[in-house]
Formats: sequence, C-alpha cells, structure tokens
Amino acid sequence: MSAEAAGPIPTTRTPNVRTLKLAESVFVPVFALVGSFLIFSLFLLVIGKSPVDFFTLVWTGGFGSSFSIQQSLQRSAPLILTALAFAIPARIGLTMIGAEGALVLGGFTAAAIAIPLVTSGAAAPVAWLIMAITSMAAGGLWIGLAGWLRHYRGVNETISSLLLSYIAIAIMNFFVEGALRDPASANKPSTMPIGDAYRIGSIPGTDVHWGFAAGVVLAIILYILMSRTTFGFAARMTGGNVRAAKAQGLPVGFLVVTCCAIAGCCAGLAGFFEVTVIHGQANASLVAGYGFTGILVAFLARHNPLMIVPVAIIFGAIAAAGGLVQRRMGMPDATVLVLQGIIFVVLLASDTLYGRIKFFQPEARGDRT
Amino acid sequence: MMESAFITVLIAMLGGAIRVSTPFMFVALGECLTEKSGRINLGLEGNLVLGAMVAYAISFHTGNPWIGVLAAGGSGLILGALHGYICKLPKVNDIAVGIAIMSFGTGVAFFFGKPYIQPSAPRLDAIHLGDWTGNPALAQALQVNPLFFVGIILAVAMSWAFANTRWGLIVRMTGDSAASAKAMGVSVDWVRFLATAAGGFLAGVGGAFLSLYYPGSWNQGLSSGQGLMAVALVIFARWDPIRCIWAALLFGAAGAIGPSLQSVGISQGYYFFNAAPYILTLFIMIASARSKGAAREVPGELSITK
Amino acid sequence: MSRLNLSRRSLLKAGAAGLAAAALPMGLARAQSPIVLGAVYVGPRDDFGWNQAHATAMEILKTVPGVTVIEEENVPETDAVSQSMESMINLDGANLILATSFGYYSPFVVELAKKYPDVQFRHAAPLWKEGDPANAGSYFCYLNQGHYVDGVAAGLSSPTGKLGFVAAKPIPSVLSNINSFLLGAKKTNPAATVQVIFTGEWSMPVREAEATNALIDAGCDVITCHVDGPKVVVETAEGRGVKTCGHNASQAPLAPNGFITGAEYKWSTIYAMYADLLAKGEPLPNFVAGGYHNDMLQNSPYGAGATPEAIAAADAAIADLKASKPIYVGPLKDNAGNVVIEGEMDNYDPVLDGMNYLLEGVVGSIT
Repeated sequence: MSAEAAGPIPTTRTPNVRTLKLAESVFVPVFALVGSFLIFSLFLLVIGKSPVDFFTLVWTGGFGSSFSIQQSLQRSAPLILTALAFAIPARIGLTMIGAEGALVLGGFTAAAIAIPLVTSGAAAPVAWLIMAITSMAAGGLWIGLAGWLRHYRGVNETISSLLLSYIAIAIMNFFVEGALRDPASANKPSTMPIGDAYRIGSIPGTDVHWGFAAGVVLAIILYILMSRTTFGFAARMTGGNVRAAKAQGLPVGFLVVTCCAIAGCCAGLAGFFEVTVIHGQANASLVAGYGFTGILVAFLARHNPLMIVPVAIIFGAIAAAGGLVQRRMGMPDATVLVLQGIIFVVLLASDTLYGRIKFFQPEARGDRT
Repeated sequence: MMESAFITVLIAMLGGAIRVSTPFMFVALGECLTEKSGRINLGLEGNLVLGAMVAYAISFHTGNPWIGVLAAGGSGLILGALHGYICKLPKVNDIAVGIAIMSFGTGVAFFFGKPYIQPSAPRLDAIHLGDWTGNPALAQALQVNPLFFVGIILAVAMSWAFANTRWGLIVRMTGDSAASAKAMGVSVDWVRFLATAAGGFLAGVGGAFLSLYYPGSWNQGLSSGQGLMAVALVIFARWDPIRCIWAALLFGAAGAIGPSLQSVGISQGYYFFNAAPYILTLFIMIASARSKGAAREVPGELSITK
Repeated sequence: MSRLNLSRRSLLKAGAAGLAAAALPMGLARAQSPIVLGAVYVGPRDDFGWNQAHATAMEILKTVPGVTVIEEENVPETDAVSQSMESMINLDGANLILATSFGYYSPFVVELAKKYPDVQFRHAAPLWKEGDPANAGSYFCYLNQGHYVDGVAAGLSSPTGKLGFVAAKPIPSVLSNINSFLLGAKKTNPAATVQVIFTGEWSMPVREAEATNALIDAGCDVITCHVDGPKVVVETAEGRGVKTCGHNASQAPLAPNGFITGAEYKWSTIYAMYADLLAKGEPLPNFVAGGYHNDMLQNSPYGAGATPEAIAAADAAIADLKASKPIYVGPLKDNAGNVVIEGEMDNYDPVLDGMNYLLEGVVGSIT
C-alpha cells in the first residue's frame, strides 16, 4: 500500500493519542476519496472524456455556489433520516434494511390521517403534530415489528425487514389506487392533497426544507442517546455481545425492540416530510430508494449519528452534480452510478488502513499517553 | 367453472415455479456457498444484473447464447473475486462492501448495456417436456430450460459435497469456526475468497437466464431486486442447498399467483396478490423460525446472524 | 366544468391547427434571444419505449439555430425533478423546460413555474388548465386512437375474438387505451372481448412475461400492452406463437410471424412545431394535443400477423380518425353494467381524460 510510505512529518511537539486518532480518521477517508477519483479518472480517460471537466462539474453542481450547496443539503434530508434508521439498529447488532418500507408507510399514514384533519380545518401546527406522530408510529411499529420478530420469534431481521418493505409498498399502493384515491388524481393515483396551507415550507432565507433541520436535530439527539446515556451504553453492549448482555441482566428484548422502533420513527418521519414538503399527498413516488441509499450512508458514517450528516450531504452533492454532468457532458445517468460504486468500494476498503499507517500509531512513534 | 379456474391457477403456479425460479436458484446457491464459508455477499444483485447484460451482449455478438452464459458467469466471477479480495483485508465490513459492489455492478451494467436494449440477441432454447400431454397450457408450463436442471443438479451436488467431501468439510469448518480451521492449517482467507468468487460466478449465470431465457430481454428494470431477494432466501432456506431450491420454486410459484388470478377473473386487490411471494415467505419464516434446527444450521462466523 | 370543457376544447382546436394559442407577451416572446432547452426524462433515453420516443423526437429541436438542448435522464418523480429543473435554470441558464413524464406536473412543474415566471415549462400530458401558471403548458398525443386502430386490425386477425392486454396501472390514460382497443375490436368482431392483467408497475419484466403467459393460457390469441417497454410482452407472445400489437415504438422486427400493427406516438410533429416557433421567436402555445387528425400518431408497419381484411379495415379506421370520426359513441356500459357514456364523445373531449372504468367486454377490474 502506498499509504505506508506516508512518512512522519516533522512536528514541533508530540501530538497525543486523540489528535492522532482524529488525524487518522480524516486522512484515511480523504486518501480513499482521492484514490477513487483517480480510478474513476482512468475510467473516464478510457471512454474518452476529460476527468478535469468532470470533477470541475461535480464541484460546481455539488458545492460551487450557494444554490448548489442548498441543493446538496435539500437532497441529503431524507438520507439523514433513513441512514439513522439503519445506524441505530446496527449499534445493537442488527442489519435492518427495511427503512424504505417504513418511509413509505410513514408518508402514507401521514397523508391518510391528514384527510380528516384538512377537511375539518384543523390548525396547521396541530395537523403537523398529529401527522408527524402518526408517521413515526407507523414506521416505528413496522421496524419495531421486525425487531420483535427477531428477538421473540427468532426471525432473521434482515430478511423480514426486506419483506416488510415490499409489503408496506403493496399496502400503500392498494389504498392509494383504491379506497383513499383522490378522484382528481387521474393519471397519478394519489391520496387527497393536503393543500398549500398544510405544506411545510423552507427554512427562512434558504431553499432547504425543514426535513433537513429535523434530521440534524435528530442526529444530535440520537448521538447523545447512544453515546452518553445508560440506554445507549446498554444497547451498544448488547450489540457487542448478546450473551454477555443477558448475563449482566440487561433487558435485551426491550433494548432491541426500542432501538428498532426508534429507527422506524426516523424513517417514518422521513415519509412525513416527503408528504408535507415535497409531494403534498401520498403516491407511488414515495418509493424513491432513499431507504436503500441510507444503508450506505450509515455504513460510510460508521453508524455514528453525527457523522451521518456530512456523509449524507456528500451523497446529496453527488446526486445533484450527477444531473449537471449528464447535461454538460452528455453522459448517461449510469456514469454517476459507476462513480458512486467506485467511491463506496474504495472508501469501505480503506477501513483496513486504520491502525496500519505507522505515522498515526503512538506506539510506533514511541510516545505513550 | 370454479374448478377449472383453480386448475388454471395451479398450472400457472407450476409453470411460474419452473420459469421464474432459476435466477433465484443460482443466486441463492452462490450465496449459500459463500455464506457457508462464513462470509456474506449482499451484492449478488449486482452480479445478476451485470451477468444479464454481459450474457445478452456476448450472445448478440457471437450468436451463441451458451458463450453468453459463460461470459456472464465470468463477469460474476470477477465481481465476486473483487468482493472476496476486499473482504480479505482486515477490518473491512462484508455487508457494506456487498452493497457497494451491488451499486458498482449495476452501474457498470447500465453504462455498457445501453446499446443492447434494442437489438434482439439469440436466446437459449427450452426442452419441451410436456408436449405429450396435449394440453397447451401444461405443455407450456413444462417447457424447461436446461439451466433449471443444472441448478437442481448443482444443489444436490453441493449438498452432497458439503456432507461428504474434504472440500465441503473445509468450507463448512471455515464458516463455523475460523479458529479451528486455522488450527487445521486451512487458509481461511483463501477458502472464503474462492467461495465468494465461485458464488459470484453462479449469480452471473443466473443473470444470463434472465436476459437469455425468461423474460429473455435486456433492460435496466430486468432484475428489479431479484438478486437481493435471492440472497435473503438463503437465510430463509437455512443454508441448505436443497432447501434453496425449494425456496426458489416456492417464490417462483407465488409470483405466478397475481397474474394468473387476474386471468381467471379474480382481480380485486391485485397489489396484494402480486406481493404474495413476500407475504408467504414472511409467514413461513415466522412459523418455522423457532424450530430447533434453525439455530443449529447458522454458520457460526456469519456477520449477519451474530 | 362545462366552461372549462369549452375553453379546453377551443384550445385543443387552436393547438391542433398548429397556431400559437393563448400567446404570451413574456418569456420566450423576447425574440431571438438564445434559448437553452432543458429536457427531463423519467427513465433511460434508450429504453425502447416512452422515453426513447421523446428523446428521438427531441433531435429535431437540436437542429434549430440558437437553441441549445440539455438533457437529463432517470429523474424520478420526486423532489429530484424539482431539483433538476431548478439546477437547469440556475446553473445552465435554461429558459424552456420540457418535462416528459406524467408525474412531473403536479406539484413540481406547477410550483417551479410560479417560482420562475420568466422560464417556460411544457409538460407531456393533458394536464394544463386555465388558472394554472401562464408560463406552463401541456402537449400530448392521444395514443388511444392508435390502440383503437390496433383493435380494428386485431378483431379481424384473431380467430377466437379473445384479446389480451397487459397493463401497468389502472389510470385513465391506460384505461382509455384498453377501452379503445376493445371498441376497435368490436367494430370488426362484435363478439370480441379484451382480457386485461395489471402488473402494478411501469417496468417489471418478469411479471409482464408472467402476465402474457397467463393471458395466453386463458385462451387469448392476440396480445397487446401498455407498459414502459413492450419488448418483453411482444417477444414472449411471439415465442408462444400468438399475435401481437405494439405500443410506443415499432416492435415489428421483434415479432416476424405474429405482429399485426402497433400504436406509436409522433412527438416529432409537436417538437417540429415548437422548433418552428422558437426559430421565429414566437411563443409556444399553452396547450397542444392531437392524434391522427393532426399527424401526431402513426401505426407501426403491418406485420405478418395482419390479415388482408384487417389491413383494409385498419386503413379505413385511420381514415375515419383523420376525419375526426368519434371512437366513443354511446350508449356504452362499463363492465359492471352502468351506463358510462350516453351520447357521442369528441375524440378529445376532456371528460375522457378522467376515464375510470373498463367497458363492457373487458374482462378485468381496476381495483
């Protein structure tokens, strides 16, 4: 590995372990990112396109102006929430891939409960509160069910959450194209629109919607919950070793189901924002793959709720830039898929570098703290 | 009337089981091999899609679909080997890399597959097993592609090999306890690398079935998540190759329920009938998960079931 | 409602005549300034179906001097389409957007049109109505006329009179194609029936193949479809030796033995008209729609599956449609027995845009 060659840089004083760890956790992903860009540049050269043009456009589209930055933030909003929905169960040792279904169900139930609220003319904040609670309850129940099945019935949660996703989509389609269909939604079967008065707008002074703010706040809350509370400690301990946790008398069943329910609440809330901000009603467009992208975001953020926010923003930026690349360079949409694939693979593979680069290892440098 | 409708649906389910199950079978068998060695590859959807594209393209250019099948297997082998190699590195999470490989594989397939959406490539032929029945629906249901039998033979062979051969034992041991495999002088990394690459090969062949036999066409929506589902079916089948076949057949048959019920006039609620494979699988899992056997069969080293 | 109908119909007539209806003083009317046209597609541009039909026709607009076309594909009907269109406007300077998927219109196109009054938006579905932003608009080809012609030919090409239809979703534009196919078939074979299977998805190849097989097993001997890419349906049916009618683009080469004919859009007529107006610096109409009578549809070349009588009848049906002869002539009942159409309906009557039933003779249900 060429990384080994990164020799010690002369420093005036010996950094402590924390600083070294931090430096390592910045260096490794940046190194990997540069590496994946180099690999992708080779791919571009092979197909006869200019890497310089390409990466200039990626910068312009993702971060180049305040408009681009806002787009990246906006696109990251649902990803933050779905990534949290994967990360929290992951901390307790579960691979829960059902955020897509919880999002769809959350969005659908929010739109459904909105129908009586809108027709009775409820005040908007009250309606939002009820809709948000409904969507979180629906999502929480859905993923919580997968957690319950796992703990109390021994059903593998990966497969059950995937199956529950497909079933959630079928439920939404059944109602949206049947009992709850708004007759006016001719060629795009949808529930009744909630109307402009009940739509949630942007954060003042920006084009970024409130779902982003909610995601950031939730990420902070969940970071504190998982890292700074007894609950989080118990959950992480269960994730580390279930038997030991049981032996310690921890309420494993409660911890598992609660973590899964929290995850479902996050995904359900993403559905709530999709309905109240983006679509104004529930329809098949809720099935947009955010749940699955969220899994990758969570992995790249190493299931750390705080890291999820910047990683999701980078994902949003790549998606935003992808459009610009298509338009300016006349390249197919699949180009961005290839770039994303290379970035993911290289970034994840770079995990192996942790602890292997001598420069960042206190023992190798001969200092102890 | 009721009775004939019932028979129509049954025949359709039989046909569906035979037509639709093969890609599930190959992906599930590939994943079964990989997981038996203690590694998980969630990315076989990528192998399936890439295999489908490569098979179609090669069949189009060479005029021989069987060369396409081999090429598809080769492309799957490369993706599988890539996954296997990366996961050999310490501290790398195999579930995450699998999802990344899935995204990479589909991206490459979509990128290079553009020119092959429109042309017609030579397809694989079927063996007509039911022509003697004189019933056109039954005859159609019993048109079987050779790959279907290859899958079944493979499953039997794998099942036998796991139980009776040195290689099978090594794979199972690596999967159950890396420490004891190491103690026996087995290179755990190598066994897992080979099992992942071979699993990738099988998933690629499954893709060839999709594009070259049924539905027999290449486009970006071809797989729609079948690879992901097949990986999940391995857990459902509890890491047993023979049960993988049953799971694939069940899934194929359940997939035929939706369209065939509509064809006999039962069309209300078709979203649920179309979701029948998922609902059915979930219920069977819930019903069977608590059995004693379930816990015993999990490869001990698997990151997804710890 | 009736006022709306009137105005919609008059707009249709005006658009159909190729004239600039409801001309606007703003936006593109600022003559000859360079035009950046942003086209958004919901799927890949080369999907051999809906998106390809648009992308191919779009080439015409690329030839207009002073017009730059920028294109983005695989844009889902979510926030992503707002973002893409806004990015086209802000980063590429787009001043004309062509949004080519049904689900783009509401709320995405409508909201952006309000936000960017200087940008023109045109959307490929008959959804624009008076009261919607004046800088937005719709264009559409009524493909159900093509399916009607398919039905006429199928009625004379099918020995049993049992026809099959693989459909994606029970929405009006699909239902209208199914019903028109049935009415066409009934014209040449009054005993004809159409059995329909909904797959529930726009693109789900395995289920489309399963549905095709199920229809054939149920005795159907002509199969047609309305899904994003008809290739799987046509090839599966051909493989089973039954006849097919196409959809969206010509599938004639895919079915050398059983292809009858197919319904195809001619977006090029609309895009050529746009190109012409843009070249002259004139504004685009808010509403353009049409069918056979104004050259916005065509039928695929007849294949080996069409009998000589079928070809003659189909040609006659096309001539009728060109003369604006109505397809829906009442009284017509739905397949639950309720009268749904009383009298004669103009082929472009907006009431038909809201179709939510299957006619008597169609075997299937929309729920």
